[in-house]
Amino acid sequence: MTIARVDRPRRAPATAKASGSDALPLHRRQRRRSRLTALAFVAPLIAYLAAFYLYPLYRNLDLSLRDYTVRSFVAGDAPFSGWDNFQKVLDDPTFGPALRHTMVFTFVSIAFQYVIGLALAIFFNRRFRLAPTLRALFLIPWLLPLIVSASTWSWMFNSESGVVNYFLHFFGVDAVGWLTSPDWALTSVIIANVWIGIPFNLVILYSGLQNIPAELYEAASLDGASAWQVFRRITFPLLRPVSAITLLLGLVYTLKVFDLIWIMTKGGPGDASSTLATWSYQLGFGTLLPKFGPGAAVGNLLILIALVFGLLYVRVQRRQEA
Amino acid sequence: MISTRRTLLAALTVAGVLASVTACGGGSDSSGTTDASGGTYTFWDPYPQFDASSPWGKRVAECGTKAGVTVKRTAYDTTDLGNKALLAAQQGNAPDVMMVDNPVVSTLVEAGILNKTSDLGLDTKSIQKNIIGAGEIDGSAYGVPIGANTLALYYNKKVLSAAGVDPASIKDWNSLTAALKKVKAAGKKGITFSAINTEEGSFQFLPWFWGAGGDLTKLNSAKGVAALSLWKGWVDDGLAPKDVLQNTQTTSWQEFATGDYAFGENGTWQLGNADKAGFDYGVINVPGQSGGSAPVPTGGEFVTVPVQKDTARYDVSKKIVTCLTNDANLLASDTTLTYVAPTASVQAEQVKQNPKLKPWVDAVAAARGRTSGGLGTKYPTISQPMWTAVQAALSGSKSPQAAMDTAQASAQKN
Repeated sequence: MTIARVDRPRRAPATAKASGSDALPLHRRQRRRSRLTALAFVAPLIAYLAAFYLYPLYRNLDLSLRDYTVRSFVAGDAPFSGWDNFQKVLDDPTFGPALRHTMVFTFVSIAFQYVIGLALAIFFNRRFRLAPTLRALFLIPWLLPLIVSASTWSWMFNSESGVVNYFLHFFGVDAVGWLTSPDWALTSVIIANVWIGIPFNLVILYSGLQNIPAELYEAASLDGASAWQVFRRITFPLLRPVSAITLLLGLVYTLKVFDLIWIMTKGGPGDASSTLATWSYQLGFGTLLPKFGPGAAVGNLLILIALVFGLLYVRVQRRQEA
Repeated sequence: MISTRRTLLAALTVAGVLASVTACGGGSDSSGTTDASGGTYTFWDPYPQFDASSPWGKRVAECGTKAGVTVKRTAYDTTDLGNKALLAAQQGNAPDVMMVDNPVVSTLVEAGILNKTSDLGLDTKSIQKNIIGAGEIDGSAYGVPIGANTLALYYNKKVLSAAGVDPASIKDWNSLTAALKKVKAAGKKGITFSAINTEEGSFQFLPWFWGAGGDLTKLNSAKGVAALSLWKGWVDDGLAPKDVLQNTQTTSWQEFATGDYAFGENGTWQLGNADKAGFDYGVINVPGQSGGSAPVPTGGEFVTVPVQKDTARYDVSKKIVTCLTNDANLLASDTTLTYVAPTASVQAEQVKQNPKLKPWVDAVAAARGRTSGGLGTKYPTISQPMWTAVQAALSGSKSPQAAMDTAQASAQKN
């Protein structure tokens, strides 16, 4: 886009002439040069995409379609094995639970992030004195490096000396094995992930609220609408486009969450909190004998799921623009 | 016409860009090797805690100088080193000398990237059989151990005496469990260890597994299940904390260092921290199920020489390895790393310098390599199901027998 705009003024008279009569060699040369300039502008982007996007993607696909052992990985002569790695992964007893955990983790996280984010956005939209300060404070989870917040959550949830159990103790509740009980591990990582995701939802929804014209609220208050009616009839419907984008982006972000779970539980105890992302890492790098093929296959499945949601996002966006 | 030319041009540009990208990659590779043949030898180790000015860093540099070359040392995190080595070998720029954690040796041998010590003409006769065993595949050694560390039980003297437990009375599992119960009754905490779902968890479980007479190729035998039931019993009865499931050996040490715990299963490398803990401690060997010392797994690194295209480089690499593993340097290195030396003569010297090492020398004498006994690269495929089973049983999602059955089934499939 920018390129076209940049060289349009220079090129305009030449193009006009060329379309009128036979193109002169000079014009053609000029046009070729401008085309080369255009390509030169695009080249860095293409190079970047090829080196950091296409090539890794191709390598990952290649890894998942070959029977890699450590020996053939080094020698580079792994035989093509078709869908064997995928078959192996799908037949693995870990696959079912990992897929289920991924889905539960993603959808429950998003539901809570969205609802709490929306509630906070509406709250801060009421413009009271401390609102900007408080809103800034709510952004902290987003600003902290994930290793810091995940480690802190893992200490807080520690079953022996964690502050959460210490707090529960005051209310006479027995200690809960937040990260050590198979019934709680997934819940614990979801709680931490919800906390981390709220600021993102808050920021986007808050900016969406700012775009709702104030007259609508004034009219509603003249008509004597209750707070709930205002929310149901004005805020929520007018926020729908922003909501859709928030939810879909959140989906793609949450699907691939790995570091948080790895730092807090490493997918454990057993495989009680393992998702496709942690399982893929576990296969590829988690043991002394790396299984690159199946690891890459799980990674590709994850990319595929994310792609489905990505396409969904693009479709929703296009429909909104239309 | 114009549009075809445009696409052609675009395609050419893309191809050119791609070619230049790959050319860049190739270029850096070749420059790496020419660099090295100019008198620089690359050396990798898993000791990022030691920089160039540390005694270890200086020793490595010195060994290079003695061999007439410059050594370029790079330190990686130990969990990272195995994969880094595989990638480097794939790219054809493996280091000249590399120190790796002993269970990784068999993986790298499987990948075909390590030289046999016999081919290089390195002398390994004086090294204890069980220590070099971790680096042996099909009867050939693929590296020289720099030293060994292993596990034992640290105990807090004050906690034990307050509970009326004599550490000398702990001879087997029953007496240990009885001691833990007494400690708990006295209001203190029993034992802490690491049962995390990584290799560390398997490393810590092995003394008990082997102490029951367990066999890694039959995880679900009654003996293996007995070891897992022992741990599960401790956790269920509150003799060990629930968070052992999350403990690394470092966090487990931190728990023991609070002074509340009677016992902590930990390694030789914590001796330095033990002196700083601020309480009197002692060390006993991990007891076997029915008495005696349990076989413990060996930890510690091997000095290896990865395969190079230019075989002329091996002469100098050999000199560097010999220098690092001669008696005088072993003594110095193993003191820095708090390792037990791999040769009897240096061990005697170490105990003379520091009598506290005596139980550790005994433990190492009874230790086994994880990949020994012909397991090799089968070990990783057994270890992963085993730590998963430990997690499943201790967290209560499966019974010890069911957990080990699942583990055995999954280990056999690989």
